[in-house]
Amino acid sequence: MSLGESATPLGRVRGLGSAHHGGEHWLTERVTSVALLFLGTWLLASLLLLPKLDQRTLIEWLHAPSGAIPMALFVVVAFRHALDGVKVVVDDYVHEEGSRFAWNLLLLFLAVAGGAIALFALARIAFGTVA
Amino acid sequence: MVVSILHRATGVALSFAGLAILTWWLFALSSGPDAYVTFEAVVNYRFYHIPLALIVLVGLTWCFFQHLLSGIRHLVMDTGAAFELGVNKTFAILTIVGSVLLTALVWFYFLGVAK
Repeated sequence: MSLGESATPLGRVRGLGSAHHGGEHWLTERVTSVALLFLGTWLLASLLLLPKLDQRTLIEWLHAPSGAIPMALFVVVAFRHALDGVKVVVDDYVHEEGSRFAWNLLLLFLAVAGGAIALFALARIAFGTVA
Repeated sequence: MVVSILHRATGVALSFAGLAILTWWLFALSSGPDAYVTFEAVVNYRFYHIPLALIVLVGLTWCFFQHLLSGIRHLVMDTGAAFELGVNKTFAILTIVGSVLLTALVWFYFLGVAK
């Protein structure tokens, strides 16, 4: 949108600058990364330490609070961290403003939908009767 | 340079393939025996003796460790440390050595203990 020559210097630059959310995004990405350091290690260690990896053993593991709570945290934090990380890649490589907005919107929907499906499945295991 | 690109590539792989498999695994697990049989069949599927899904899982395990170790490297560099050329390069190479070793360790354990 061009305002023509009548625009004041302030009018010309308004809306083109930082949204002032960059610092928050940067910090969130790092906070979730430290959380995933613990939660990711917990997930892998748990899978290694389980006596068997059949459905019954896995459901018993995720039915107990000691399995269900960290797994719920892992799902939420991992999807958030993935969304924040992929957004940086999109912002770096998609230069056209419209496509960049579309990509970020698509990825946001994808992350929220994926997180919802994973949490629903986990809730069904945690609150269900053990198979 | 290479490690920095690997950080992005492994992050994207974990975000899409990793989280898709995690979600599918949890959903199959919660959907009763039939759904889980299908999941296990896909994981154990062999194309002319080549365990395709297993290769993907080993690959994602390596992505996890590579992203984790180079992530720690980036956190250290966020503090302004380890920018000296020698230290920086050693640290970068160590992330690759570490991720390959840890991936091998995990899968030797998984396949060796034979769950």
